[in-house]
Amino acid sequence: MYVVVNYTRRLQTLAFNLGPSRYQGVTRASITSQDRKSKQNLSCFRWTHLITLVHQYSTRISNSKPCQVPVDLVDKLERLALVDFRNQEGLACLEKAIRFADQLHVVDTDGVDPMDSVLEERALYLREDAVAEGDCAEELLQLSKNTVEEYFVAPPGNIPLPKREERAAMFKHAEF
Amino acid sequence: MTLISAPQELVGVVGLEIHAQIHSNTKLFSGSRVGFQAPPNSLVSFFDASLPGTLPVLNRRCVEAAVMTGLALNCTINRKSLFDRKHYFYADLPAGYQITQQRLPIAVDGTLTYSHLGGRKRNEVVTKSVRIKQIQLEQDSGKSLHNDYRNQTLIDLNRAGVGLMELVMEPDMSCGEEAAAAVREMQLILQALGTCQGNMAEGQLRVDANVSIHRPGDHWGIRTEVKNINSARNLARAIDYEIQRQMFVLESGGTVQNETRSFDGKTGHTIPMRDKEGLQDYRFMPEPNLPPLMVYEACSTAPPGVAPSQVVVLEEVRERLPELPSVRRQRLVETYGILPEHSFTLVNEDGLMDYFEAVVRETKAGPRKVIGWVMNELQGLLHQQNLSVSQSPISPQALAQILNLQENGQISSSIAKQVFQELWKTPGKTAQQIVKEQDLGMVNDSTEIYRICQKVVDSHPDQVQAIRSGNKKVLNKLMGLVQKETKGRADPVLVRAILEQKTS
Repeated sequence: MYVVVNYTRRLQTLAFNLGPSRYQGVTRASITSQDRKSKQNLSCFRWTHLITLVHQYSTRISNSKPCQVPVDLVDKLERLALVDFRNQEGLACLEKAIRFADQLHVVDTDGVDPMDSVLEERALYLREDAVAEGDCAEELLQLSKNTVEEYFVAPPGNIPLPKREERAAMFKHAEF
Repeated sequence: MTLISAPQELVGVVGLEIHAQIHSNTKLFSGSRVGFQAPPNSLVSFFDASLPGTLPVLNRRCVEAAVMTGLALNCTINRKSLFDRKHYFYADLPAGYQITQQRLPIAVDGTLTYSHLGGRKRNEVVTKSVRIKQIQLEQDSGKSLHNDYRNQTLIDLNRAGVGLMELVMEPDMSCGEEAAAAVREMQLILQALGTCQGNMAEGQLRVDANVSIHRPGDHWGIRTEVKNINSARNLARAIDYEIQRQMFVLESGGTVQNETRSFDGKTGHTIPMRDKEGLQDYRFMPEPNLPPLMVYEACSTAPPGVAPSQVVVLEEVRERLPELPSVRRQRLVETYGILPEHSFTLVNEDGLMDYFEAVVRETKAGPRKVIGWVMNELQGLLHQQNLSVSQSPISPQALAQILNLQENGQISSSIAKQVFQELWKTPGKTAQQIVKEQDLGMVNDSTEIYRICQKVVDSHPDQVQAIRSGNKKVLNKLMGLVQKETKGRADPVLVRAILEQKTS
């Protein structure tokens, strides 16, 4: 959750230059039964549930214009993170996530250092430089479907992600 | 040093990124062994293979290595540094990200002072410096072997997770020679510290060059990144080629592309690398599994009640700093009274300093005489036959013996050189043996020398006349003739004295 919030926050600063946001009344997303099967939209469902909860507590959050994520940015994200927003519902979910993250703007953080993790005050453990692991090539190679003489096998170089239109055709008959 | 520049005064701008493999027993975040040429995937732990449920555990030795290197390069050590994830997909990076220190690295703002032999005769020590932007700890990736025949890549993760120090330099250099000299100095420093073994051919030290050209005063030109360089010599070649190529592009009216190019050692050219997909967005994020790395100035400032093994203290690391190459060069000049350019070469060539000091110990000849022999006779033959100092057929003791014979007056200086050459070819024998066998001992019989000099003088009246009328250089010719008669075994000092007397 932390990862996604942080990432959507970065996405927000990348793509938009929003000042203090004003929110519309957030409506519960209409989730069709088909979407519920998709993992992506399932977590989306949880978020939107949380959004409505938060909405009840923050009366200061007022209206804002819904944010549009440009199509080429979506493409770039899909290429970099190998996630698939798949359809309009997915994109709507993303936009809602951004609006959810917008609530961070409400807090006054002047003069406060950003926090990376709640564990950042802990001492970092330093390990002694003595060999204690490794020597398990057989075990590791068993995990891979394709090996050649104790090497893992990969395709030559990264296979470029097919373009959006081609992907749509590819997944038309897929399970999800 | 010659600046590579076209008539319009375009100059090169070179910045280096050096990845130095930390010399440690285990990897940066896991307890698997660091080794070279082990059976594939045998030095891989579950964390290195990025299996779910594994976590990084930082190696103390790697922290000390980075701190020591930072101190040796006059860096400011950040008391608090942070770890980040750098995301990109490639088969040799199992996790899909590399743990590095992008936001707040362990050391910043240092200087590397380096020298190279410049001037017309390449015997002046020219000293320059380059700013070190930062030093960061990061993970190495695995190795991929491309099998084009079967259209597959074989992945060996032995190297995945090994600790690296990335040393980022500001673009303060302008040509291949400077870059090669800077890298050579960095190698010597890292080897002296013991933090990296610095062998470029084995991949322990990897250098990428960022090259651009511009007119001085203008803003910087578009830069290209040059990779796949496996020696300091190839670094110089690659950079010089790239500078020339970019100049050619500009002069032909084109524009330099911002791209990554690979150096081809055989042709000496750089070729565009095809697998890089435009400008990468690495989506940096803080590493959530590692709190900040803290180092402390002194034991007194460390948090109380913490075990010493859990604390890295700068004071202690500073105390353990060994003699750095620059200090060593100075010491050699002061101890032996040799010239700075000789001291530079002694430290620069592997094993040469030890060789020199061993000879000096064993011979009564002064260090200045020894350095002449080491620089000229020894280096001459080593370079000619492409040998390293450790491969020299003549040991320091053997060379000392030759010098002792000369000092004792048993052989002349020219004979000594001859003996050296002979000994090189037949290392089994001793200098004494060769002198005896070939009857090279100094002719000390003054009557004999007197007779030979007389003979030469008598048979060359014109030359004698020339000397008497003021042309002293002709005396050398007569000396040469006498030496030819005596097969170089006459004491040159005695011969000169006799000839001078006879021609006065």
